[in-house]
Amino acid sequence: MSMLNVGRPTAPEALPDNDYKHPTLTGGRGLLQDEALIFEMGAWDKTGVDLDEVDLDLSDLGGLTRDEAIGLPGLSEPEAMRHYVRLSQKNHAIDLAIYPLGSCTMKHNPRLNERMARLPGFADVHPLQPQSTVQGALQLMDSLAHWLKTLTGMPAVALSPKAGAHGELCGLLAIRAAHEAKGQGHRKTVLVPTSAHGTNPATAAFVGYRVKEVAQTADGRVDVADLAGKLGPDTAAIMVTNPNTCGLFERDVVEIARLTHEAGAYFYADGANFNAIVGRVRPGDLGVDAMHINLHKTFSTPHGGGGPGAGPVVLSEALAPFAPAPWVVSDGQGGFRLEEREAGEAAQAFGRMCVFHGQMGMYVRALSYMLSHGSDGLRQVAEDAVLNANYLKARLETEMTAAFPEGPCMHEALFDDRWLDGTGITTLDVAKALIDEGFHPMTMYFPLVVRGAMLIEPTETEPRAELDRFAEALLALARAAKAGELERFKGAPYHAPLRRLDETRAARQPKLRWRPESPTALAAE
Amino acid sequence: MRYLPLTDADRRDMLSVIGVEGVDALFADVPQSARLSGPVDLPRRAGELEVERRLGAMAARNVTAGSAPFFCGAGAYRHHVPSTVDHLIQRSEYLTSYTPYQPEISQGTLQALYEFQTQVANLLGMEVANASMYDGSTATAEAVMMATRVTRRKKAVLSGGLHPQYVHTTETLAHVAGVRTERLTPAIDAEAAVIEAIDPDTACVVVQTPNVFGTATDVSAIAEAAHRAGALLIVVVTEAVSLGLLKAPGAMGADIVAAEGQSIGNPLTFGGPYVGLFACTDKLVRQMPGRLAGETVDADGRRGFVLTLSTREQHIRRDKATSNICTNSGLCALAFTIHMSLLGETGLRRMARINHAQAKKARDALAAVPGVEILTPRFFNEFAVQLPRPAEGVVDALAARGVLAGVPYSRLEPGVMDDVLLVAATETTTDEDIEALRSGLAEVTA
Amino acid sequence: MRFTKSHEWVELHDDGAATVGITRYAADQLGDVVFVETPEVGKTVSKGDTFAVVESVKAASDVYSPVSGEVIEANPELSSQPEMVNADAQGTGWFARLRLSAADAELGELMTPEDYDAYIASL
Repeated sequence: MSMLNVGRPTAPEALPDNDYKHPTLTGGRGLLQDEALIFEMGAWDKTGVDLDEVDLDLSDLGGLTRDEAIGLPGLSEPEAMRHYVRLSQKNHAIDLAIYPLGSCTMKHNPRLNERMARLPGFADVHPLQPQSTVQGALQLMDSLAHWLKTLTGMPAVALSPKAGAHGELCGLLAIRAAHEAKGQGHRKTVLVPTSAHGTNPATAAFVGYRVKEVAQTADGRVDVADLAGKLGPDTAAIMVTNPNTCGLFERDVVEIARLTHEAGAYFYADGANFNAIVGRVRPGDLGVDAMHINLHKTFSTPHGGGGPGAGPVVLSEALAPFAPAPWVVSDGQGGFRLEEREAGEAAQAFGRMCVFHGQMGMYVRALSYMLSHGSDGLRQVAEDAVLNANYLKARLETEMTAAFPEGPCMHEALFDDRWLDGTGITTLDVAKALIDEGFHPMTMYFPLVVRGAMLIEPTETEPRAELDRFAEALLALARAAKAGELERFKGAPYHAPLRRLDETRAARQPKLRWRPESPTALAAE
Repeated sequence: MRYLPLTDADRRDMLSVIGVEGVDALFADVPQSARLSGPVDLPRRAGELEVERRLGAMAARNVTAGSAPFFCGAGAYRHHVPSTVDHLIQRSEYLTSYTPYQPEISQGTLQALYEFQTQVANLLGMEVANASMYDGSTATAEAVMMATRVTRRKKAVLSGGLHPQYVHTTETLAHVAGVRTERLTPAIDAEAAVIEAIDPDTACVVVQTPNVFGTATDVSAIAEAAHRAGALLIVVVTEAVSLGLLKAPGAMGADIVAAEGQSIGNPLTFGGPYVGLFACTDKLVRQMPGRLAGETVDADGRRGFVLTLSTREQHIRRDKATSNICTNSGLCALAFTIHMSLLGETGLRRMARINHAQAKKARDALAAVPGVEILTPRFFNEFAVQLPRPAEGVVDALAARGVLAGVPYSRLEPGVMDDVLLVAATETTTDEDIEALRSGLAEVTA
Repeated sequence: MRFTKSHEWVELHDDGAATVGITRYAADQLGDVVFVETPEVGKTVSKGDTFAVVESVKAASDVYSPVSGEVIEANPELSSQPEMVNADAQGTGWFARLRLSAADAELGELMTPEDYDAYIASL
């Protein structure tokens, strides 16, 4: 037989040193490519779009033509594809692993929703076409409104706000308009619990209200006695998140609503955590006057790396007349009309949140999700979301300290950093160590009312195996922390595309855009 | 249900780990009176096929822009977007990631935002741009708020050429912030009246170019007059493609630019989601709303990007924030950036020239229709025409003939200039489309 | 040098003007200072007014004037070198100079260095 052995080896040889590490010549690491900015790789005269050069007489534009260079490099199609695919590989994503960011509801984003939003009948329709040519779009808005009103038990909804914070703004503007209409325009204070999202006080201040904080009880709820003492003739509204940012249901919510209304104020509910109760509890039954719904949380529209979102606001009978333009009116026979003018029935509308009619693309996705789940499936969503959070809480409590150990949590489990006492390791270090294990960290240092907070929201779309994988990694890290493995934490992440970034430098010498003369940019090449 | 991975066996096991009997125990804090005993009165779950049927039926009731000669604009424009853009923005890592709060595992989003900020700043001719706003109208309202913070003055002059729904959005916010708005009379060349409205109380003047009637204006003189009075000039652009042909706002003295970026990378989608572009001069950056990506280095000295100057934002400053804005328009901004990277300066300029050429062809065609008068002398890709009859009726009649003829001005501002029609053309407009509009208009106005 | 419970300091000079800033303790607590918004020259402030803002990466804090008076100078170096606050909070990292309007009454209400040391030790 011939003994031909010039082929490649088929089994790995024993390596001389398993710890051998070297910087690569390209800066890349295996499949992870080092990638320059388009301004360092594109060319001013290159384009990836084939368009004809047309002859033009520009004399009628006078001196208005743009003659100097704009500064926009172009890439051919393969280069652009590769550039943005390479960049994408430096992102964590829900589709990779659990993304337990408390307060953000990072659930699975069904691709059916994407396909529906891209139907030409929705995507290729202009907002100002004649209404006779957009009956299906108006029908979709009407259907979405019906679902949102039914799920919340509220009589009206303003669809147009473009994000949760924009919804808060819409709700407070309606409240302000309602007070003014009743001759109560002197009410200028908004009560906000200390645990609230930052957007709550920011929104209140933005519309000219003074913010007064309401204390929290030892068990993580609104201090009703403190609230009662602070409600008064100058109170315009309270803003309460329910379930709250500690992941707990406000047991006294009905009493909170009663006291608020008794004081002549309105109850604004931050609906960021609606996922915990959808299909099981209707905010309308709790005495809520206005609540925004983050379609990108509860109703699965994609977060997209930070938007676009959508924040429709449901309104009570008292606030409904003040809803902003536009809205859809059904004729009951399959025909729809878009009410855009502030006259007749709409005379009390407080104004307009934005040009056109809001986030249609998100409406389609959200309705696609609602139709898929149905009323029974949505109820299951809340149950599984709460079950998953309580399961993680139960498993993690063996090594970590729950901020509020008594009783169940809702859709998210909150831990503090007491379990790290004496280790020299912080919440931030734990978060960065989780990155090395392939997980996106939980929300850290929020809510502010809990020291070194770690807020974990798994959502209902996590399978049990993934919950266990996450819990075991976190428990192992907790044991490592207590065993004094400082290096694992302090230098983390070691395995991410980058190590910890210098945020101080970014803020002290802000570089907010590429500039050709930038010495660092050139040096980095 | 296909989106829910837990089995009943999982649920039972997990409940026993938690140590409760049933899932109802986990809802124990909810007042008994507020607990629903069963599903609310809405349809039950549906499979993909069924959902496709129901939503497909709604979609089929709409006349799509691509199926008809199409001339609508007024702040939303139909452009061709390369297939690459939609493919890339649907990658899991972009679509299903959150705001890049953990920069070590968000460099894709952050670097793309940094590229976006640079492209936007250069496109608008400004020093610095943020990571995007909800849309052009909210960006405009935020720009006015920012100008009042910078100047500590409480009056805004809004040009009569500003899109009426932008005016309305801005007025809504200004009203509660105690900012007085003086909106000038709508007119084709409304910018001519702006300078004399500036007084010592003026925080800013807001001028749109090309304006809602399509008129392109050199705002340099307005900038000078505003600056002499200690006021800021805010320039609004609703058609980003125009900047491939027209002078940049920054080159004409703008202090802040608020623009709609939908035209690059984003479909019409009945009005949203879109992407607001927001830029200003370096010295105003700390008063700018919205997120900002910035360059820095990691612990090994490698270049990377982070969200920075975040102390301006709501999650830190709470009631002292520059704005309550929390999200940006991330994925739409990414679509903008990818499309712009494909176009490059060369492609953008060509695209702009084609838009201008097609609009001029449409103008020449309509000028020949008896009773129709062209109102806008100097435009980019959109112009106003005066019709012999109310424009809404004409547009409806043309829609019945299968032509989407444009936007009646009165749709934006009911009761005003009933006989004015706004007509836009882009690179998607064919010569046949223009002929269909001309002949249709001639018929229905005869 | 005199101190406040909100961690500002003031030092009176022979010419009747006073320098104000934040304390070493405050600077350490803030961490890396990345931006200081100093008051406008000519502005009149009352004791307790917010007259400056100091920012670290993750926090922005209002700074209250420990005394009343008119701002006659703001530290021009801080805008480009905010790190001076960390390096020398009670020296070159000063925020502003004021011409005091009620020096006699107000300075007496503030803490001495010994009192302030005892105060921060109690925190």
